Amino acid sequence: MIFYLTALIQGLCLSAMGLGIFITMKIFRIPDITTDGSYTLGAAVTAALLMQGWPLLPVVGVTILAGALAGVLTGLVHTRLKIDALLAGILVMTGLYSVNLSILGRSNIPLINIDTVFSALAIFDRPLYNELWVSLLFLGVLSALLAYMLRTDFGIAMRATGNSESMTRAMGINNDRMKITGLAIANALTALSGFLAAQYQNFTDINMGIGIVLVGLGSVLIGDALINWLGIRHIWLQLLFVMLGCILFQLVLAVALSLGVNPNMLKLITSVCVLAIVAIPRLARRQRS
Amino acid sequence: MIKLDHITKVFNRGEVNEVNALNDVSLQIAQGEFVVLVGANGSGKTTLLNIISGAVLPSEGSVLLHGEEVSRLPEHKRSRWVARVFQNPLAGTAPELSILDNFRLAALRTQRKKLKIGIDGAFKASVREKIAGLGLGLEDKLPQPMGTLSGGQRQALTLLMSVMDHTDILLLDEPTAALDPKSAEVVLQTAERLIREYQLTTVLITHNLRETQRFGSRLIQMNRGRIARDLDGAAKEKLELEEMYSWFG
Repeated sequence: MIFYLTALIQGLCLSAMGLGIFITMKIFRIPDITTDGSYTLGAAVTAALLMQGWPLLPVVGVTILAGALAGVLTGLVHTRLKIDALLAGILVMTGLYSVNLSILGRSNIPLINIDTVFSALAIFDRPLYNELWVSLLFLGVLSALLAYMLRTDFGIAMRATGNSESMTRAMGINNDRMKITGLAIANALTALSGFLAAQYQNFTDINMGIGIVLVGLGSVLIGDALINWLGIRHIWLQLLFVMLGCILFQLVLAVALSLGVNPNMLKLITSVCVLAIVAIPRLARRQRS
Repeated sequence: MIKLDHITKVFNRGEVNEVNALNDVSLQIAQGEFVVLVGANGSGKTTLLNIISGAVLPSEGSVLLHGEEVSRLPEHKRSRWVARVFQNPLAGTAPELSILDNFRLAALRTQRKKLKIGIDGAFKASVREKIAGLGLGLEDKLPQPMGTLSGGQRQALTLLMSVMDHTDILLLDEPTAALDPKSAEVVLQTAERLIREYQLTTVLITHNLRETQRFGSRLIQMNRGRIARDLDGAAKEKLELEEMYSWFG
């Protein structure tokens, strides 16, 4: 039970990243690889500042700003220099590795005997329950804010930009600026995942973000499959299903591990899972047609 | 008023695929005038429309809208004056957004899109009333995604969206080319009504010579990037279909 509860909390920690990938992939249709770097960036900033004794609230603020800056950089490279979004993301992600290493000062920082968001908001005796409730609270607030934003006039403009650029230009929307803003929000969310993950696992490692975009992608695809299957149109429900996708993905990995799969094979299993999520619906469609 | 002054547009200048799309074109369209633009494929009609909307910036020459120099102003900034209906019904609307969301954006064409929820009961009622005027039965389908509608329905709604905010120039780029005759008629009737009602300055590109006869107070024929003929309403009235066909020799 505890094993699956742990997977559930991990899924919740990664849900902010899932929401970020939902924005880039499903709303803007931009394949943003910056995620690998901005996830570690969020964790690195969190670890470095908590070690220096910063209170949690400013740490959240700086983490959001750092992630947003990474997104803005990718956005500027993509829109101003007209470089393909995929390459722009790879460039920024690669650069962020050195930035993260500079922030950390070494390859990893353990967060032992430090007040974390989980201990600061603790209401239960058992740490596991606190981790669950704090992640639920954090993601609840985050998804509610995001859902509100996407329903505002600005949010409608944002959703339309990824849908029909010719239409949005004709509606007075600066598509480039909107993409930069979207990438900033998405990477700020990803950095927040790093913020939660670092405190949940009590350490930050320079390599913790490698391949994380694939986990996010798989999670969003699971969520998206459910959204389409159930015909969900309400934006907040869509965000909830994206988060559910993140949790389900972690549970699948947990099941694989509980079946005795070598943990060294985890990245391979992740790739195979994402491949299956992408390929199976396509094969099913081809079969039907 | 639209004023194009010695506009030249060269695509891929200096490359093997260099194209002279427009060659020293000067044109003045008065407020409320309805210009029909005809010409063979590649004659520069769409480039001319793109130059007015800002989708394409001129290589030389200047563009003035209501006396304001806008030659280097990008398309999204010109949208405060210019509304556009594309040839492709898919291009003028956001298919995954609801009809209501599409209309909300149209209502804010010239305004900032703020972080507040602007769709309220009053807005829904006003959109419902406007859409009901089309007679297409779409007024009860406001939450439906735009992509579920037919091409004709989408073009009619795009036209209606173009007058949701204070726009006074309407560019119609073969708006019925992708539609069946019945849908095309609905779109044309809607266009005719809105142009008259809102006294829009309109430029219509069409390959349909019957539409050329039916619409507009002025007819311009483009040929090889230049204006070959510019006929006023009286001259246009006298034109026979056969004569127009002969232009395309």
